[in-house]
Amino acid sequence: MKFTLNVWRQNGPQDKGRMETYQVDQVSDDMSFLEMIDVLNEQLIGQGIDPVVFDHDCREGICGMCSMFINGEAHGPGRGVTTCQLHMREFSDGDTITIEPFRAKAFPVIKDLMVDRSAFDRIIQAGGYVSVNTSGNLPDANATPIEKPDADAAFDAATCIGCGACVATCKNASAMLFTSAKVSQFALLPQGQVEAADRVLNMVKQMDLEGFGNCTNTGACEVECPKGISIENIARMNREYLSASLTSK
Amino acid sequence: MSTLNAHIPEGPIAEKWTKHKAKIPLVSPANKRQIDVIVVGTGLAGSSAAASLAELGYNVKAFCFQDSPRRAHSIAAQGGINAAKNYQNDGDSTFRLFYDTIKGGDYRSREANVHRLAEVSANIIDQCVAQGVPFARDYGGQLDNRSFGGVQVSRTFYAKGQTGQQLLLGAYSALSRQIAKGRVKMYARHEMVDLVLVDGKARGIIARDLVSGELERHSAHAVLLCTGGYGNVFYLSTNAMGSNVTAAWKAHRKGAFMANPCFTQIHPTCIPVSGHFQSKLTLMSESLRNDGRIWVPKKKEDAEAIRAGKLQPVQLAEEDRDYYLERRYPAFGNLVPRDVASRAAKERCDAGHGVNKTGEAVYLDFASAIERYGKEAAHVQGLHQPSPEKIRELGEAIVESKYGNLFQMYEKITAQNPYKTPMMIYPAVHYTMGGIWVDYNLMTTVPGLFALGEANFSDHGANRLGASALMQGLADGYFVAPYTVGTYLADDIRTGKISTELPEFEEAEKAARERMEKFLTNPGTTPVEVFHRELGKIMWDQCGMARNEAGLKQAIADIRALRERFYKEVKVPGKMHEMNPELDKAGRVADFLELGELMCLDALSREESCGGHFREEFQSEEGEAVRRDDEFAYVAAWEFSDQDPGKAKLHKEALVFENVKLITRSYK
Amino acid sequence: MGFAFILCCASLGQYFCDNLEFIPFMATSRGLFGSSLARKYWMALTGLFLCSFLVVHLLGNLPLLTGNQETFNAYAHFMTTFPLIKAVSYLLYGSILLHTFDGLMLARQNMAARPAGYVKYHGAANANWSSRNMALLGTFTLLFLIIHMKSFWYEMHWGNVPMYTDADGAVYKDLYTITVAAFEQIWYSLFYVLAMISLGFHLWHGFASAFQTMGWSHPRYTPIIRAFGYGFSVLVPATFASIPLYILLT
Repeated sequence: MKFTLNVWRQNGPQDKGRMETYQVDQVSDDMSFLEMIDVLNEQLIGQGIDPVVFDHDCREGICGMCSMFINGEAHGPGRGVTTCQLHMREFSDGDTITIEPFRAKAFPVIKDLMVDRSAFDRIIQAGGYVSVNTSGNLPDANATPIEKPDADAAFDAATCIGCGACVATCKNASAMLFTSAKVSQFALLPQGQVEAADRVLNMVKQMDLEGFGNCTNTGACEVECPKGISIENIARMNREYLSASLTSK
Repeated sequence: MSTLNAHIPEGPIAEKWTKHKAKIPLVSPANKRQIDVIVVGTGLAGSSAAASLAELGYNVKAFCFQDSPRRAHSIAAQGGINAAKNYQNDGDSTFRLFYDTIKGGDYRSREANVHRLAEVSANIIDQCVAQGVPFARDYGGQLDNRSFGGVQVSRTFYAKGQTGQQLLLGAYSALSRQIAKGRVKMYARHEMVDLVLVDGKARGIIARDLVSGELERHSAHAVLLCTGGYGNVFYLSTNAMGSNVTAAWKAHRKGAFMANPCFTQIHPTCIPVSGHFQSKLTLMSESLRNDGRIWVPKKKEDAEAIRAGKLQPVQLAEEDRDYYLERRYPAFGNLVPRDVASRAAKERCDAGHGVNKTGEAVYLDFASAIERYGKEAAHVQGLHQPSPEKIRELGEAIVESKYGNLFQMYEKITAQNPYKTPMMIYPAVHYTMGGIWVDYNLMTTVPGLFALGEANFSDHGANRLGASALMQGLADGYFVAPYTVGTYLADDIRTGKISTELPEFEEAEKAARERMEKFLTNPGTTPVEVFHRELGKIMWDQCGMARNEAGLKQAIADIRALRERFYKEVKVPGKMHEMNPELDKAGRVADFLELGELMCLDALSREESCGGHFREEFQSEEGEAVRRDDEFAYVAAWEFSDQDPGKAKLHKEALVFENVKLITRSYK
Repeated sequence: MGFAFILCCASLGQYFCDNLEFIPFMATSRGLFGSSLARKYWMALTGLFLCSFLVVHLLGNLPLLTGNQETFNAYAHFMTTFPLIKAVSYLLYGSILLHTFDGLMLARQNMAARPAGYVKYHGAANANWSSRNMALLGTFTLLFLIIHMKSFWYEMHWGNVPMYTDADGAVYKDLYTITVAAFEQIWYSLFYVLAMISLGFHLWHGFASAFQTMGWSHPRYTPIIRAFGYGFSVLVPATFASIPLYILLT
């Protein structure tokens, strides 16, 4: 297969950046999208051009590192996949493919397609945990039974890989799906109850400080989320936040 | 050999850890605040250790090369985590977990360490549940368990197929809490490029800020390497692209011994290689072997026809299929341990019976499971004489409920429907049991340098059991290192801050800079990737599932030649002081090129077959592994010397088995 | 009364201007004022309140469809003079202002959250059109509202409206005649219909969205709310639009 690639090139945070066009051929339909970029990069190194910088690590859809905006969609046209799980057979021979970094004020571009998503880490640091120290003397794991539907819903929320596709795809660059997934996980479990009010208030405050946009309930995040995290979590966070605001001392 | 003292406490095995903990010298809270600890790597071992040490009051600096600590490759573990909780009342106990782990490791691990692992396993589950890790539960709200390969009890806790992710996010949240408190300073997108020794003790690291490209000096009173395994020496593995040996290898070059580096786990059920540009392999959970039957065509000409696309596997009659695991191991059939299943697949493919384009794949067939489940379901529904189509439909639904996400993942990658046509699988490098040698306290041969998790060698011997890697990472990080690191640091309360202006830091930084500049100014033309791919092929062919003397010697010669070519011909674009992934990769591949040789050397010196290490010279007439306990019941710990990985000196730590009897594993 | 309203507007404006310094652009504080979620709560609550107003307004307008001049004028009189309604009407004006102000602030923040846009953005792939154009639809609705209030509300309060005497001899302002006269102008009616279509799209997303924002979500009831919202967003604007069309055609 052959492709024409329009790729965003940007030398650093200060650089203005521009689209560059490259041709790749000898692409097999079994290749993942990132392997196709590998081919491009080997080609560029051969031509004395700096290879395209992009984030990637596990290449099996779980680490959340890969982050490309392909043909106008986060992680490209596939559903329930990250960029590394997108295969070239999803495209037609001869296609022109536009590849851009995830864009948001809170995700500044580091270089080319690589962005800084440390804002997500800071949101977690604001309260995305249960305050329990390491100890060999905690209550037995089965001491508190948890209803299966709650445990399952908490798990579903907890499967977020923190890739940022929700922010990238949201027309408002809102981080509500990410934040609400963590808030929901703990809101659904008894372990999370003690700090629930402070957690939601602090995490939302941090989210706002990072400069993410507001949720307008378009639902685009849920469609593009590689792990299928539901916007039901956003509703739950809205509920948690409202009650925390009304009752906090 | 006086250098190798494992410092195993005296006394009966079940009391060693308790007594040892009781005698450990403590550091007062006020003094802890004066002590710095560096943790390299933020996977299960690193995150949990960094968080726990910070909770105790130490000043912790944590490093990871990814953009966030949450991305470490522990996140990709699927199956589960073992713990001797005995919730199922099926006879599990600390001793049984200990015994299973020793036996599964083919008697090449240290009893005392493994027993401690089994002891703290239950605490791990309590800790994780308290953190809000959403383990699977049953309808009564209690934690659910499943069973895993090689054991007879259900002791595996899991969170669907994403257990590693949930455990890592738990440890990451604990770490995040300490970062927020200012107890941990996190350095993401930083790579350790050298270890700094002052007066023979580990006192800091040189790290490269991967964004700015600057080299930084960081000092501490102790350094913990939680940097994972080195499976990427094979180029293709189920490891993440960034997983590397650099931190461990730099420590090795500075005096830390590497133990049993040739012990590599090859996982039998991975999606086969599809082409030359493949960058990594994807694991399909071991649980599939519970219901899938593994086969290849009996006749070579059928295999050839399949490879050429002239024949479909479903067209092949039952009598033309060779269910080789069921044939060779009637007692265990498709459920033999990982090493045995992997070798058997390789044997069939080498004999010309492989089934994909490259000839390196076997079938994992669910047709009989679908039929069996379908008939059962029909019976339950009261359907008499259901049509074959109805049986298929019912059976597929049940298989989907059990393995749906795996089947979907397979279909995404291969574009084949595994309900209709058998899956193709092939073994792939998955985990490295070998690693940095550590004593009972997890300290390496360099004072003040510790190794945790997959980075050390201690618990899995020559073969790791499923769902034990997560257990070990968290045991080391939450419950072992916080105690044992304190033992070492108790002597450091008067040391005061370590200056980064010391000549040792200066020297290490200069050496690191020179290494990088050499790459950038090299007049070569070949990208790094090409050398890595070549190294991987040598390793896979000669030091993979089966090894022999001639092949290993050849491999050593080939690797040395490749290393020479690498330094002559490699081209690294870009500059030093910028984000430059090619430069990072060059440094990592340079270290793999040295490690590869040491692995071959280790494999060559271990003249026996055990666990993942299969020497063709040492097999029975039926092709089974022959272990030689009389001569090789030791840990091979290699000391770097003469600036040449090939001249490493072998030290032996004899393995003493006082609590289990050494027997030959048989699955016939 | 007009004075009171102007005072009210002025004080509301003053409140926002004062607070601009503390919540200038990016929401940064916790709780029910200033945070991004708080803005959304106010959007949702005012939006739902305005929906309830739409129903009352529509019921009052129905006499126009039957040509019942007397009922309509009595309704208009009642709405402008009954003390409780007057009190509620200030809440209404406040809601409109708050909904508009918060909407503009949200839109500004949302634009600022992505300073460098995409070269290629395939919005239709994952969200429906109305959800992506709420600010646009809202602005158009606001434009309509200003014209609409000038034509009727302003005229009713301060304009030169002919008087109408009903059967009992009570004298009212004849809003009916003014309304019919306005709707007999084709351009005015077309604008009105267009505005109702725009309002329909605004509600199509907005109605259920308000419930999601308030966190009033439940697997059993949310589908009902969504269905009701779709019905509401079609029926209410369509009925409104039928009035000028009816007048124009008869």
